[in-house]
Amino acid sequence: MSGAVVEIIQAKGKDEDEPVVVARAVYEHPFIVRLCHWINAVALFVMVGSGLQIFRAFPSFGAKIPQKDLLHWPKAFAIGGWLGGALQWHLTFMWIYVATGIFYLGYELFSGNYRQVLFTHRDIPGVWPMVKHYFFFGPKPPVREAYNPLQKHAYTTVIGLGVLSVLTGLAVWKPVQFSWLAWMMGGFHWARIWHFAVMWAILFFVLGHLVMVILHGWNNFVSMVTGWKKDPEY
Amino acid sequence: MKNNDQVDAKKFRQIGRREMLKLTPVLALGAFAIPSLQEGLLKKGLGFSDWASARLFRSGHLAPTFDNADLTPFAKFPINGYDVDDPGVIFENWTLTVSGAVKKPGEYTLAQVQALPRHRQNTRHICVEGWDVIGRFGGARLSDFLELAGADPAARFINVNCADDYYESLDMATAMHPQTLLCYEMYEQPLTRAHGAPLRLNIPTKVGYKQAKYLTDLKVSHVLDRVGYWEDQGYSWFYGL
Repeated sequence: MSGAVVEIIQAKGKDEDEPVVVARAVYEHPFIVRLCHWINAVALFVMVGSGLQIFRAFPSFGAKIPQKDLLHWPKAFAIGGWLGGALQWHLTFMWIYVATGIFYLGYELFSGNYRQVLFTHRDIPGVWPMVKHYFFFGPKPPVREAYNPLQKHAYTTVIGLGVLSVLTGLAVWKPVQFSWLAWMMGGFHWARIWHFAVMWAILFFVLGHLVMVILHGWNNFVSMVTGWKKDPEY
Repeated sequence: MKNNDQVDAKKFRQIGRREMLKLTPVLALGAFAIPSLQEGLLKKGLGFSDWASARLFRSGHLAPTFDNADLTPFAKFPINGYDVDDPGVIFENWTLTVSGAVKKPGEYTLAQVQALPRHRQNTRHICVEGWDVIGRFGGARLSDFLELAGADPAARFINVNCADDYYESLDMATAMHPQTLLCYEMYEQPLTRAHGAPLRLNIPTKVGYKQAKYLTDLKVSHVLDRVGYWEDQGYSWFYGL
């Protein structure tokens, strides 16, 4: 469970009575959280890359005749090399992506660890001050916990987007066997559009996430590797 | 560890290192980047998806059908092939050569297929590329034809060959599905040459490339010897929708 706090000390030698506390550290991210994070970072990269290669086979959401392409996505930024290859990657990694997602959600729920990251109504007042601070040079709100309200919003929303990426993907993959699911999305043709849109929403999250990771420095990054955040601000 | 336990710096580094090493299973994903392993792993992944697809297939579940108002205009129904659009079938001598685990193998004429009950359906045709159109297809149920030919009900696969040297195969569950047609009509007109005349498969529970055109041979069997043109390039075999 997250939340354990330790003091890192430097023993000064056998004459010293009191060891010097040089730093504090908080255990923020349990092993399962970190494992799932890194597995799905890779899996998502492959899903997006192969998905874009699949998209290149018919880069349109209109008619086939006449075909009007929406955008030309370069082959160099896609995975698979051709439609057949991309489908192999996509239909292989989707199992890893889904299994890891379910494993993560199950762990968060049953361990109670979700409490530190789930966005609730109590977090609503804290969102705007955080947005002002990050984007409009507002004052820095006090740091009280591992995740601030804006982070909770982002990390909760992205899970919702992940679930949507799977549901829309299922409707595209099996529009007959999951015809009810496809119907809710407006049919196969629309499910393909939603699947594409959800991907962009997730990419938008990833961009913001990577920027924040870089801005928040080494100790913060290390906490998603070892679990321990050295010198937390709370 | 209880809150505010004290740990010396060296021990803290060891703890950090140990926690990091716990993540080594993530490196297993790197196997996909190793050239000698990649093809095999992806084949297994695709095979697993095919297995799951076969498990998800329900014989009684119908593909959605549509009103005539929803049909894509015939002129906008794409012609897709892998080689030529018109392999020059001579209709006068055309027969469907039936072989394999059937009581009545041999040559079947188009008239024999057309004598079976005709079913017309407005269904969505989905190409692996991602585009889709809604077409009006007419023909005999493949299940009715298999009964006519005395096919072994325990057989597991159907293999078809085509006039343009294309070839495909079907699992028997899909072959027996009520919407799987030996199709000889589109939009209530006989098939045009480019769309697969005189006989093609129409299978709304499968992706487009499995719906072979200009059929020449049909074999019923217990083993899958020849899979399919696109499958042999690396595409999915079952590809049920």
